[in-house]
Amino acid sequence: MRLLNLFKIATKAIILNKTRTLLTMLGIIIGVASVIAMLAIGEGSKESIRTTISSMGSNMITIKAGADTRGGVRQEASVMESLTLSDYKAIKAQSTLLSYSTPVVEGKGQVINGSSNWPSSIYGVNPEYLNIKVVDLQSGSMFTDAEVQTASKVAVIGQTVVDNIFPDGQEPVGQMIRFNNIPFKVIGVLEKKGENTFGQDQDDVVIAPYTTVQKRILAIDHLNQIMSSAISEEEAPNAVLEVSKILREQHKLTDSDTDDFTVRSMEELISTFSSTSEMLTILLVAVASISLLIGGIGIMNIMYVSVKERTKEIGLRMAVGGKGSDILMQFLIEAILISITGGVLGVLLGLGATVFIEKFLNWPTSVAMYSIVISFAVCAVTGIFFGWYPARKASALDPITALRYE
Amino acid sequence: MSKAIIKIEDLKREFTMGTETVHALRGISFDIKEGEFVTIMGSSGSGKSTMLNILGCLDQPTSGTYEIDGVRVKDLSRNELATIRNEKIGFIFQSYNLLARTSAIENVELPLLYNSKVNSEERRERAIKALEMVGLGERLHHTPSQLSGGQQQRVAIARSLVNNPVMILADEATGNLDTRTSYEIMALFQELNKQGITITFVTHEPDIATFSSRTIVLKDGEVMQDYENHNIQSAANELAKLPKQDD
Repeated sequence: MRLLNLFKIATKAIILNKTRTLLTMLGIIIGVASVIAMLAIGEGSKESIRTTISSMGSNMITIKAGADTRGGVRQEASVMESLTLSDYKAIKAQSTLLSYSTPVVEGKGQVINGSSNWPSSIYGVNPEYLNIKVVDLQSGSMFTDAEVQTASKVAVIGQTVVDNIFPDGQEPVGQMIRFNNIPFKVIGVLEKKGENTFGQDQDDVVIAPYTTVQKRILAIDHLNQIMSSAISEEEAPNAVLEVSKILREQHKLTDSDTDDFTVRSMEELISTFSSTSEMLTILLVAVASISLLIGGIGIMNIMYVSVKERTKEIGLRMAVGGKGSDILMQFLIEAILISITGGVLGVLLGLGATVFIEKFLNWPTSVAMYSIVISFAVCAVTGIFFGWYPARKASALDPITALRYE
Repeated sequence: MSKAIIKIEDLKREFTMGTETVHALRGISFDIKEGEFVTIMGSSGSGKSTMLNILGCLDQPTSGTYEIDGVRVKDLSRNELATIRNEKIGFIFQSYNLLARTSAIENVELPLLYNSKVNSEERRERAIKALEMVGLGERLHHTPSQLSGGQQQRVAIARSLVNNPVMILADEATGNLDTRTSYEIMALFQELNKQGITITFVTHEPDIATFSSRTIVLKDGEVMQDYENHNIQSAANELAKLPKQDD
């Protein structure tokens, strides 16, 4: 009953002073909305920068057979035949930190189409290769797992190969080409990727099912390497350790044996990635803290002033029999209603602004759940506290002092 | 003899201002009986305001006793004082102190909102009745800005009546009004007093005192005079004597 009355009093006071309520609420709305929008822009940029770095294959992990020493002469790693399909299967089955893996066999040769020919490399892989290298197809499609199993003679070729063996600008997809005299049907063309940092042309490749390359071109059973991608850049070092452990078991190496394989991650790219990420995170925290601080101070001011100017009203309410606790409860209910409503409107406005920025300004945005929770919580708590605190002070005054307050 | 609703004995109130002690009230004793219309007079600095605050349970005496309707006020907590203000005293202020943008009836309902024994229907009924008693039955939904000063003070009077107090306590209730409106308000007070309502009116205007049944004059924190008024003027008659306004 008493609480119901106080609730009525509070809602009446809110409705009666529409302008004051609206202005107070506006402080909270802007506070919450700006934090959400700022963080959405920040998170969006961070995501997009991370994706850009990731597209360089920064989470890639390569596994090669280790170098061996024969009669004092160090042998080239590719001479070793210690990496096998069962290693790949073991890694695929046991690893928890890898998202994609493919066996890799590679060879060199001549690509021929009619009277045109071009020296290039062929990579035998499975369809996950595209995900690991973060490359898309420009046209056509990638071969399927079924085509890998049946060792189909299909190939996906890079732009440089296209330019050299289809000089007339024919559509390569659907055409038959030959690699070292083995016919392949071109089923897709890779997106242009350009040169890598060592000046190697990444578009000068032919990609085919590894089974086909093993059997028909190289006539080998082993693999040259296994390529994988870690679930994230942060987990790449752990993935390296995990893969090493799996391979040591697989190769039945004892503690005293050295690895007969090498597992490498893209250390330089990873460190670029993590230092960039870290910097962006610090930037975001700074932006969020400053926005919250400014929003909080705004809310504090307007709440404090709007309650302070009602000191006289508080005096009157006490003079006609309102207890200190009644007054406090009324202002607390008012502050809660205003803060929560303002907070909810702020979240909506923030989300709306984010959509607007994304749609019309084409900025990448990403609304983080934490930004909604934190901004709402901070603004609501600030609003409620500074709606309550001056009321508490006023209700501790003598009613007469409060009544005479100007 | 009707019973005393206010009993004051040797009431003292001291304020400490820095190192000095100000004796605002220096041992005051009097009773107010049910149905009396008392004016408390005095110039500024006489202890009038302090007296009013203590009578209104807004302030506590330093020593001495104050009883209202059988309740000893000394040693009550702030919350208990609030309950007494709510149930036993009706306040009227010089500056009306109505809630802005709030209709007359809602202003009058205000004290009852803090009394959980009264439900919303009864609250509305009592508020309408109180407004009818002060002659504002037609202006229930007017807000203070739509009412004249006199009408606003009538709303304040209705608000003081609504909780059926044992005493109405008015602080310079006519101080902001012109003579004509003052007399109208005083006529209303006299009428309410005739219906048995006890009124204590704090003022510094001598002509107000002529409408009351008893006057207590304070000076330097002591009662200088306390006399029954045997020749009570009728505010209604005085109002009739005023020159007609051409409106």
